[in-house]
Amino acid sequence: MIIPDAPVLLEIRDLQASVGDQPILKGVNLSIRAGEIHALMGRNGSGKSTLSKVLAGHPAYTVTGGSVIFRGEDLLELAPEIRARSGMFLGFQYPVEIPGVSNLEFLRVATNARRQHRGEEELDTFAFEDLVRERLAVVQMDPAFLDRSVNEGFSGGEKKRNEILQMALLEPAVAILDETDSGLDIDALRIVAGGVSQLAGAETATLLITHYQRLLDLITPDYVHVMAAGRILRSGGKELALELERSGYEWVDAELAALESAQTPVEVG
Amino acid sequence: MPVASAAVSAPCEAAAWLAELAGAPLPGPRQENWRFTDLTSLTRIKPCLADSGFDPAGPSLPAGIERLQPEAAEALLTSVLEASGSSQHWPVQLNRAAVARRAGGLLALHVRGSVAEPLLHNLRPVADGLAAHQLVLLLDPGASLELVELVDAASVGGDPAAMTAAALSALTVVQLGEGARLRAGMVALGRSGLSLLSHWIAVQDPGSHLSLTTALGGWDLARFEPRIVQTAGAADTQLRTLQACSGEQIIDTHSYVRFDGPEGRLDQLHKAMADGRARSVFNGAVQVPRPAQRTRAAQLSRNLLLSARARIDTKPELEIVADDVTCTHGATVSRLRDEELFYLQSRGIAGDQATALLKRAFCEDVLRDLPAEAAGLNPLALLLDPV
Repeated sequence: MIIPDAPVLLEIRDLQASVGDQPILKGVNLSIRAGEIHALMGRNGSGKSTLSKVLAGHPAYTVTGGSVIFRGEDLLELAPEIRARSGMFLGFQYPVEIPGVSNLEFLRVATNARRQHRGEEELDTFAFEDLVRERLAVVQMDPAFLDRSVNEGFSGGEKKRNEILQMALLEPAVAILDETDSGLDIDALRIVAGGVSQLAGAETATLLITHYQRLLDLITPDYVHVMAAGRILRSGGKELALELERSGYEWVDAELAALESAQTPVEVG
Repeated sequence: MPVASAAVSAPCEAAAWLAELAGAPLPGPRQENWRFTDLTSLTRIKPCLADSGFDPAGPSLPAGIERLQPEAAEALLTSVLEASGSSQHWPVQLNRAAVARRAGGLLALHVRGSVAEPLLHNLRPVADGLAAHQLVLLLDPGASLELVELVDAASVGGDPAAMTAAALSALTVVQLGEGARLRAGMVALGRSGLSLLSHWIAVQDPGSHLSLTTALGGWDLARFEPRIVQTAGAADTQLRTLQACSGEQIIDTHSYVRFDGPEGRLDQLHKAMADGRARSVFNGAVQVPRPAQRTRAAQLSRNLLLSARARIDTKPELEIVADDVTCTHGATVSRLRDEELFYLQSRGIAGDQATALLKRAFCEDVLRDLPAEAAGLNPLALLLDPV
């Protein structure tokens, strides 16, 4: 929902980042206010996942320029765990399997880290079990998954539900969901999308990274952005996603070429 | 109380004393089985035998266990050592000599039936010198027992900074009759300055089942040698060993399993973590001679390297002559995975806590096989945060 004058939760300005010597993000600008749902679309390799990982603080990426202000703080100065505790959440495209670490224990430690940061009382084992069982309903997840190792042996759909369960427990201010719809069948997609919709509110914001309109049929975005070559090339309303669905990304090449020629210095004389 | 003492404990003096006591010179790097195991820590002890504080008549025994007569114990010890090819091993020679001088505790027991209560064997490390313990166990056909051996250096008490070098020699010898079952767990947690030499030897008759799970850590030097012989095959052996070292510590497990008949089974998992400048060694020998047809043996060594300067040496050593067998082995050495750490951090879990969670997960699949009595010592906390 678009709320005029709602506080800006995330302000990304001219963000540039690279992996090794390879620049990936080349000047991303994006402003997200409380209550809003944004969709970020674009071809493979356009920089969408890199943007999400840079925001979460993945150590493989180096920020080479620009700034990110998250709820009034310089996000780039914060360690990954502090970003998470402060309310930044990344739903992974490929959630990591961690053999031997109990899912329930992991969820409890993570939830308590966030609660402690918010000045709330930590939950003991019993209180946490009550909470987690209540939140399981958001993604219609079988409680048996709590007793298993984190994501180990989970199907693609179960992993994505586990991501949304974590989101439900951590109650982030800004949730970035990186291709949460990939690898889901229709039923699982409905459940995951329903979970995300339930968790969205006037105080929080969501950035959905996706390739497909089918997710946006279930979660209506307020804004849609198209990313190409490490920057946001075009922004619009939900109709932009429908246009992409109809006409694809061919126009992107023409716009990029125009952009590059405009930036190429012209030799005079 | 020291039985004999010396005024000075220079390394060469202790080495000479240990060699004289064992009746053989200390093993050195030129011997293949000892080439990674520097015994310098052992040679820093005061050259004296210490009273182990163990009263062999003292511990009350669970119902179903009787004491073995000394002659029977000696005969059993000798036969198991011969059968397992261990009698000329230097740590065994040292242990036998030390116990013979009444420096240590000899506990020799006969298990006749199914024992419901676990047998607890507490080995107290000493503050200085050398202490030695021997446990001899005879399980009759069909008998069953849960055995828990504990060494907890923290239980000695005192100021850690004031503690001197000391050593513990432990020898456990077991004979399992036909169909006997033994579930054994050993947790040996050391401290700075302490060395451990431990042989754990079992001879299994057909139809017997042995499960041995151990967790070792915190020692300046630890050498652990589980040696199992299936006398006529057709027995089950499960070995689970976990070792953790950091700082300048050395920890070495040399295991040996031999099948002297067909249709034996082995399921072996060895796990090790090395941090700081520590060195972790594993040598896993499995012998499957011609009579051992239809043997099924699996050995896996998994190692976690926690610092750039730690060393891990792991070596499977399978000798398979029988042609109709299924024997597998594998060894991995890895670091903590960055992707796992980042995933945990991205959920608000601090780097050191994330590391601890991953280390604990690494240890868990060995520790969960420990008998409950051993798990009560909380080996995990001590292995992750050694004394």
